[in-house]
Order: sequence, then C-alpha cells, then structure tokens
Amino acid sequence: MGSLAWQRSKGFRVQRLQFHPCGNFNETYEQELTIFETDFGRLCLLGGLLVLFGIIPFLSHAYILYVINIIGIYAIAAIGLNLLIGYTGQISLGHGAFFGVGAYSAAILATKANCPFLIAIPLAGLITAVVGMAFGIPSVRLKHLYLTIATLAGQFILEYVFVQWGGLTGGAEGISIPTATLFGIDLGTDRTFFFVIFICFTVMTWMAVNLIRTRYGRAFIAIRDNDRAAEGMGIPIFFYKLLSFAISSFYAGLAGGLFAYYMISITPEPFNLWLSIEFIAIIIIGGLGSIPGSVFGAIFIITLNEILGHATEFLMNIGASIGLGITIAPLREFVYGLAIILFIIFEPKGLAEVWRIVRSSFRLWPFSY
Amino acid sequence: MENNTLLQINNISVVYSDVIQILKGVSLDVTRSQIVSLLGSNGAGKTTTLKAISGLLKPENGKVTEGTINYRGHNIQNSAPEAITRLGIIQVLEGRQAFKYLTVEENLRVGTATRWGKPYRKDLELVYHYFAPLVARKHSLAGYCSGGELQMLVIGRALMAQPRLLLLDEPSLGLAPLLVKEIFEIVRRINEEQCTTLILVEQNANMALQIAHFGYVMENGRIVLKGDAKDLRENPDVKESYLGVAASGTIKSYGDVKAYKRRKRWL
Amino acid sequence: MEFFLQILINGLSIGFLYALAALGFVMIFKSSSVLNFAHGELMALGAFLFLVLSTWARLPIVLALLLTLIGSFSLGFVIERFFLRPLIGEALIEVIMLTVGLAIMFKGLMLFIFGGDIHSYPEFLPKALAFHWGAVEVPGVYVASFLAGLIFLALFGFFFKYSSQGIYMRSVADNQRAAMSLGVHVRRVFALSWAIAALVCAMSGIVLGIINGINVHEVSSIGLKVFPVVILGGLDSIGGAILGGIIIGLLETFTGGYISTALREVVPYIVLIIILLIKPYGLFGLAEIERV
Repeated sequence: MGSLAWQRSKGFRVQRLQFHPCGNFNETYEQELTIFETDFGRLCLLGGLLVLFGIIPFLSHAYILYVINIIGIYAIAAIGLNLLIGYTGQISLGHGAFFGVGAYSAAILATKANCPFLIAIPLAGLITAVVGMAFGIPSVRLKHLYLTIATLAGQFILEYVFVQWGGLTGGAEGISIPTATLFGIDLGTDRTFFFVIFICFTVMTWMAVNLIRTRYGRAFIAIRDNDRAAEGMGIPIFFYKLLSFAISSFYAGLAGGLFAYYMISITPEPFNLWLSIEFIAIIIIGGLGSIPGSVFGAIFIITLNEILGHATEFLMNIGASIGLGITIAPLREFVYGLAIILFIIFEPKGLAEVWRIVRSSFRLWPFSY
Repeated sequence: MENNTLLQINNISVVYSDVIQILKGVSLDVTRSQIVSLLGSNGAGKTTTLKAISGLLKPENGKVTEGTINYRGHNIQNSAPEAITRLGIIQVLEGRQAFKYLTVEENLRVGTATRWGKPYRKDLELVYHYFAPLVARKHSLAGYCSGGELQMLVIGRALMAQPRLLLLDEPSLGLAPLLVKEIFEIVRRINEEQCTTLILVEQNANMALQIAHFGYVMENGRIVLKGDAKDLRENPDVKESYLGVAASGTIKSYGDVKAYKRRKRWL
Repeated sequence: MEFFLQILINGLSIGFLYALAALGFVMIFKSSSVLNFAHGELMALGAFLFLVLSTWARLPIVLALLLTLIGSFSLGFVIERFFLRPLIGEALIEVIMLTVGLAIMFKGLMLFIFGGDIHSYPEFLPKALAFHWGAVEVPGVYVASFLAGLIFLALFGFFFKYSSQGIYMRSVADNQRAAMSLGVHVRRVFALSWAIAALVCAMSGIVLGIINGINVHEVSSIGLKVFPVVILGGLDSIGGAILGGIIIGLLETFTGGYISTALREVVPYIVLIIILLIKPYGLFGLAEIERV
C-alpha cells in the first residue's frame, strides 16, 4: 500500500492517520459505505469547517457575504431536491413552490403566531413536508413524464394559492417579517445570519450524507434504479416515494424559512416555475445523485447569476452613456440557457464528476501511479 | 473470395457493453441463392450473429470487436443498419414484431423504406401472392392479427425491400405445426422463385434442415459443426441433440453424446 | 344565453388553438419520447419570424407565411441535430433540462431583439370572415384560426395516413427496433419530427399572434398550457390532443366567465391532477406495458 502514515501513541493504542492508498478496492460493505476513506479527508473537512466559520464571515465584504448566504440557502434546498431526483428518481418541477411554502409558513408563523425563530424554522420545514407529501400522492400511480407534469401542476396550484389566499399570505403584497433574534442575539445582519444558515447547512448536509447510507437511502436508490425490482424485493415503494417527497420538501421548507427571515419581506413572485427550474439546473450542473454536487451546483448557478447581473448592468451603463437605448438584460437569460445546455451536452455527470477527476489526479501528486 | 459467395463472415467476435462476449470467433459462408440454416440451443449466439450482419447490434450496445463481415465486396461490420439494409440485407426480427398500430398494408409499406420514393405496387402484389391470407386483413390493424398472419406479415414486410439476403430469426416461434409447415413452404418458394438468399435461424431443426441447402450448428458463441443439410440430418450428434431422434433408439450415456464436443476438447 | 354562446365560441376557438399547439408537441413525443419545454418559445419564434417578414421586410403575406414555415422547419432540424442528438440515450431529466435551457436561451434572444412589448400584425384577413349570429359575434380571426386549424389537421391526417414518410414516422413510434431492421432511418425520423413540430409551432404561434398580438412572455406561457392539454388527451394520441385542447379551452373560458378570472389560469392544472389520479395515462393515452 502506498499510504503515508504517521503514528501517534495514545496510551497503549497506536492510532494510524491514514492517507490515501493507491487504488480503490473495497472488500466489505462497510468500506463501500464509509464517508471518509482516509483521515486526510477528515482533516480536510475539519479545516474546511474552520475556514467556513472562522475566516469567511470575518473577511468578506457585506455583498459577498450576502451572495454566500444565498448560496447556502439554495444549497440546502438543492440537497433536498437531489435526494428526490438524484437518489429516488422522482422528477419534481414543484420544488420552487415548496420552497415558497416554507417561506410563507415561516413568515406566517412569525407574524401571526409570534413563533420564535428557533421553532418557526423547523416547523416551516415540517409544514412543507406535509404539503410535499400531499403533492407526492400522484406518484402512487404515475411515473416518469406523467409524474413530472403532475408536479408541474402542483407548482401552478401552489403559486395560485400564494397569490389568492390573501387573508393568510397577504396576496401580491406579501408579508413583512420582524428581524429574528436567537438567544438574545440580533440576526438582522449578514454576518450573524451567515452562522445560522451555515450551521443549518452543515447539519442538513450531514443528515443527507448519512441518510443515503441507511436502509432508507438504499431503498431510495433501489426505487430509482428499478422500481419494479425494488417492489419485488419487498420494498414498499409508495411509502418510500412519499417519504422521499416529504424529506425533500422538508429541506426545501427549511431553506425557504431561512430565506424568508433573511429577506425580511416576501412576495409570491420569486417562488415561480423559474425557481423550480433553477433548482433542477443546480443539481444537474452539480451532478445528480451527489450531495457535494448539489453544493457545487448552487455555487455555480448563484455565482453565474450574480456575474451575469453585473455584466448586464455594466453593459447597460456603457450602452446608456453612448446613447444606445437597447436593453441588454435578456442577454443574461440567453447566456444562462446556453450554460445549462453546454453543461448537459459536454459534462452530463456534472461538477461532481469534474471534482472527482481533479481529486483523483491530485491524490498522489506529484507521484501519480 | 469465390464469386458465388454472397456473404463471408471471418472469425468475428461480438461484445456487448464492452464486457459480455457472445461470439468467439464465428466464421461462415453463405452461397448465393441458397438457404443456410443456423441451428443451436438458446443463448448459442445465433441471433447475435444475425444482428452482427444486419447492424442491429449497435442500438443494443454491442460491437464486432474482431474479424470481418464481407458482403459482395463491402466490409459491413459495425456499419449503421440504414446503410446495411440499403445494400439489400434485411433481418426479420424474432417474435413477430409487427407495428401494432399500423394496418397490414401500412406495415408492408414500411418495408419500402430502403428505396423510398420508388413504386411499390408490384411488390405488394408479390407479397399478397405468396401470403394470400394477408389480402383479407389488408386494412385491419396489425395488432389484431393472429400469430400466423403476423409471421406472414413480417416476412412479407421484409420482402417488400427486395432483399438479396434475408435473415429469418425463428419464424416458427410459437406457431402451430401445420402453420409452420406452410410458412416454411412459402420460404422455400421465395428462395426458389425470387433467388433470394436466406439465413434461417431455427429451433425447429427438422423443418429448417428440410428446406435448407447448408447448415451450421452453434454452441456457446462458436460454430461447432457445419455441412450440407442432408449430411447434417444424418449426423448422429445433430439427430440426438436437435432432431430428437436417438440414433440407436436407446438412451445413450452422457459421455457418448455430442461427439464433436469431445473432439473439441482435445484440439 | 348570449353570454353562454359567446363563451362557448371563445372557448372553442382557444381550445382549437391549444389543440394546434399540442399537435407539434405530441409529434415530438411520439417519435422520440422527448418532453419539449421549449414549445412556447418555438411558437414565439415562428410568430416573430412572420412578423419580421411581413411587417419589417414588407413581403406579401403569402410569401412571408411560406418563408416562415420553411424557416421554422429548418430551425427544427438544426435543434435536433445540434442539441438533442448528442443526448440520445441519456436520462429523461437531462433531456428535459436541455429543452428548458433551449427555452431560456430562445426567450432571452427574443426579448433582446423584440423587447417585452406587444407586437401586432397588419390587418390582412378579409372582413368577410367575421359573422354575426343573433347577438353573438364571431370575430374574423376566430374563423381564420379555426380554418387554419382544420387545414393543418387535414394535412397532418393525410401525411400520416398516406405518405410514406408519415408511415415511417409512425412505425418508429410504434416499434423502433423493427423499424430500424427494415432500414428506416431512425435519426432522420427524429430530425423530421422536430422539423415538422417546429413548423406546427410556428403556425400556431402566428394564429395566436393574430388573435392576441405577440408578446414573448404570453406566448411562452401558452407553451406551458400544452402540458395539461396533452396529458389530458394522453401523451401519444393526436386525436386526444385535439379533444384535450378543446376541453381545456372550454374549461378555461367557462371558469373565467362564470367563476373567477384568477382561477382560470389554474383550473387546467387542477383538472389535470384529478384526471391523472383516475386515469394515469390520460384519457386516450396508451398504457405503458412494463415487463420485468
């Protein structure tokens, strides 16, 4: 084995810090399931968490922090969607609306029921999970395209409810939410909210990664790969499909709740089909069936969005200064669509695959094989 | 290459999905205007051989990895099915795969795809001439036809393409013995009257060897026996394994069956 | 009573429009099983092409129409060749997202060129088409769209029933492997189905433009309406698409007329979910036969 190991004495026990061996050959199921193959991975995670919580919020500019916060919120929702689409194979076009359900639940709980932040957020997730399950019911009999369209219908119906149920949702004007406080700390600033979002993010990611390793995760994957065979193996597929819808919606709802508190006021507008599509774009570009992929996808899409926004603004200013009255804003959509297309055609496995390739070529750098 | 050899397969290997090897060096020759029958048990590689010829391996993720298939001077291994069919090789798929939601006549018209735009009336008449029962069902959906009619339909459909080489995959599958006899008789007549060369894959070895001129026996992706149909009918191994007649009338010990297999072991 | 009749006529004509739009959709789905989310954008592209040719280039209407149809036919070919062919055999969701990407791209392009305003065609329909029936007024555009729809349906019926290419296309939809074994050029059939679908889209986009004027956002939202229509009728049935279009059209106008205008937009989707729960393959769709 080409592992670099250094030893550390701890009483009588000798513990080895494992670095990456040469090649992968898993002999047991446990090996297959491990999250970290080596201690190096664990160290990286520790370092990453330290940088995330210890350095980023104190170094970053307010705007960059805002972007990072949005990435965090989107990543939580995208992980949920990836559990549904990437792991269970049920395509949903209603994730944007579920995100909205979470946002509205949190807002209503905060304003009408005076719920504290700590309770409103998980409760928003639970409410969304119930709604998501209700819209997952058609999956009993529907598959593939038909289910996709049924969730599309769910998206439109929920959008209608957001606008029309004025008494609860404030109609087109929306709801304003008071700033949240947590243990007496004011969460009104980007920096304090950063910690809230990324603690949630870490916990939710940790849960998702572990969920996949349980019998539930295996059942999801079995349903994705062949639902008939899964049924034949004794997996109650309807239960697991509903469970998958519920879990995925819980993620969306939780992210939506955070979004509502972060944005302070919400309107029905952002939670449209476009948002659902954006979430799917995130997980496709990131990589279907990959938790880190969802995070990469969120980083990519949000960054692309912001860059395109600034680029069009910049071009508009130039256009205005030389007297060209054309609107360049739509070009942003054009590039966005093109990016999705190019990704699907040239990197269908997504950023997760790119990451894997990069990692494996650096694994034994500079002496690879 | 002899002039009256229509198709020559040289030592081909076929691999599916880059891992599963089905054919391990198959060679066979098909003489012009003859019926060649390909016998063998299930999974021996007969259908795969046909698909390798007709190019239908591709959509199933299969590939000819070694060897050549030579058809009238063209090397056609791994060509697209569109190109191969236009050279005059038509495969009749196993299992009577008619277009269920098209009428019988529309089904036949699909057969003209290789020579789109040319008149096809004469061919229709020819098909109806050979397969008279189809005339009555002309305008009904193929999905409602009986098994025998469907088999006639798919053979007729292939005939519409005016093939030089017709690949028939198990035409007798699931048909009544009398019907099988009728269809084989028609196939023989087509061969005689239209000079169409045929490769016939069959489980019903008895029937196949009656109309064929030449035969090959396949096992585990290899050709294990070949010869004139007449000789094959007399071959004790073939009799034992495929024709269901024990040579001496008594049950032999397992060690005695399949002499070629024992020979092979020492080669 | 007059109100009822007026709504009925409105509903029928809108339904007919949906049916026409759904035709192109069903065509793509039937031959290549691709769920096209760029449908509304294809309609808008056709409508704008006609606008450019008829009002900006000032070509005669018939010539402009012909050029539009040819242009969108070629566009369909190009889309299939460059965007969809690399994805043959990929997962469903990737193909769906590809069409979504196309939709976003086309929309951005059109907004860039034409902006978000409503454009309208010059009046070119003969006045004689409009007629009154008691107090009920039937505008000329409705009659024209109805006629255009009928002509297209007849053409399609003829094409699929009698022409060789039409029969080949149906054979691919029916049994792709068998079609391939007979030498049907399957990839060409896919390309052709996209081309024809783009042509039908352009046609329905033009009709829509004549009735409502063309606005990128509005036309592309009609593209999404196609989903309840085709699901209602069953994804693979042309007759079902027509009936589904008319049902959805009537449902919308009657809800809009008698209940509330806001509900009008979601009613198709509510009905869609109910129908899918009762009949998972739509009203006329073929049940998928699954074998393990």
